[in-house]
Amino acid sequence: MFVTKILGEIGNYMLLMQKVFRRPVKRRVFTRQLMDEMEKLGLNSIGIVAIISVFMGAVVALQMAINLESPFLPKYLIGYATRESLILEFSSTIVALILAGKVGSNIASEIGSMRITEQIDALEIMGVNSANHLILPKIIASIVFFPMLTLMSMIMGVLGGYFIVFTVDMMTPDDFMTGLTSDFRPYLVFYGFTKMIVFAFIITSVSSYYGYYAKGNSLEVGRSSTQAVVSSTIVVLVFNVILTKLFFNY
Amino acid sequence: MIKADHVTKQFDGRAVLDDVSAVFETGKTNLIIGQSGSGKTVLLKSLVGLHHIDGGNIYYDDVCYNTLDFNHKKEIRKQVGMIFQGGALFDSFTVEENVKFPLDVFTDLSEEEKLDMVNETLKRVRLENAHKLYPSEISGGMVKRVSIARAIVMKPRYLFCDEPNSGLDPLTSIVIDNLIKEITEEYDITTIINTHDMNSVMEIGDTIVFIYQGKMWWHGTKDDILMSDNEELNNFVFASAMAKRARKNM
Ligand SMILES: Nc1ncnc2c1ncn2[C@@H]1O[C@H](COP(=O)(O)OP(=O)(O)OP(=O)(O)O)[C@@H](O)[C@H]1O
Ligand SMILES: [Mg+2]
Repeated sequence: MFVTKILGEIGNYMLLMQKVFRRPVKRRVFTRQLMDEMEKLGLNSIGIVAIISVFMGAVVALQMAINLESPFLPKYLIGYATRESLILEFSSTIVALILAGKVGSNIASEIGSMRITEQIDALEIMGVNSANHLILPKIIASIVFFPMLTLMSMIMGVLGGYFIVFTVDMMTPDDFMTGLTSDFRPYLVFYGFTKMIVFAFIITSVSSYYGYYAKGNSLEVGRSSTQAVVSSTIVVLVFNVILTKLFFNY
Repeated sequence: MIKADHVTKQFDGRAVLDDVSAVFETGKTNLIIGQSGSGKTVLLKSLVGLHHIDGGNIYYDDVCYNTLDFNHKKEIRKQVGMIFQGGALFDSFTVEENVKFPLDVFTDLSEEEKLDMVNETLKRVRLENAHKLYPSEISGGMVKRVSIARAIVMKPRYLFCDEPNSGLDPLTSIVIDNLIKEITEEYDITTIINTHDMNSVMEIGDTIVFIYQGKMWWHGTKDDILMSDNEELNNFVFASAMAKRARKNM
């Protein structure tokens, strides 16, 4: 019962994606939508991602300093470990989960209320492919913008760590800097970006799906927006495991 | 001309439209009347193709519409305008952008030409000082006018109106009704209007179809309607005191 329900949902999701990935009718209309979405989904998320990254970077550095307190471990390890945790998981996966909450609920409730106020019907009547018109710009905007948020999060996180090292006086900033720059593998940054691109697609498409098939009243729209956040969070976590396995080939 | 031929529509096994046949003539305002919940909206949405029908056929000037594939349907839809019960204006667009939208998507006109058409159409619905306002900033009557403007800006051949004057004061209702009738005669289009307002019936009812519990129960003109001996129709028509008085005076 549960399994058939999930399979049914996946099937509907696939059918929706088939409608989404079509050529837009008019490039000008599409570009305009795309710019709007860049602003709504991307620019408006910069603040929250920056704040969370600075604080998490600081806490991670602090924890590393506390837990790696040992005469046998070189001090620069703290900077190194902080950088690795930011690049590997925090700035992609955790930031994606935050965005699933912020952007996911926003998308689902926006499309959901367009559904129940018949705006989607109005598009269809005009002969516009509503799924393509509404969802494709969101997917593309997030795929382009979210990796930039990841990059920004990496930088802000490192800055947060650097700042805390200055203030609590557990190690010299020079040691921290040595750690940050030692054994730097660009491949891992690439891994972080790739994950974020996949997560961006998951968050926007799954949330759009829940909004697009919302029915009933504003209560139901609220419910589908919660559902959108829950589902996209779970799917992001599952794909995090899958991608990590693929990338490191264990 | 639009023709419904033995149309049936079910929701979860419950028949909402039961063998409905009717002809809606070109150049006339064709009314669908009936109590709340009788199936008017479902009938209108079935005619326009927003609901998939379970039986029967729908013809647009001899073309069997319901069996067309998506691309052919799209060609017909470009000639369809629809006014939704709640207006269904795009919340994120201004009044002007709402009316311009069909032109943006389906024409290659220059920006000035499009704005000229928008201005002309807004003037047509007597709405001249609201171009830059958003749907949330205008009154219910204005929403209906914008909605009419958006529906007619492409000069459609078929116009569908779902309760165009619900929630409006009697005076504004009559203005909106007459506007739709005027446009219908001027452009010589096929107009179908859902209503449960007897004022509209007496004012603009060229042809009238009475829907009772999902069935086509009676059809005729506004001159026949007061003389009918159909019990359910009389209960509906003479629910209003005004209509009773009108009958007495005949
Ligand atoms: N999407 C749907 N799913 C299930 N049932 C529906 C759906 N849409 C309409 N119905 C049912 O169909 C019946 C007719 O509804 P409809 O909206 O056509 O009424 P109406 O005549 O337009 O009423 P009103 O004058 O209040 O707008 C109702 O009993 C309603 O519950
Ligand atoms: Mg209705």
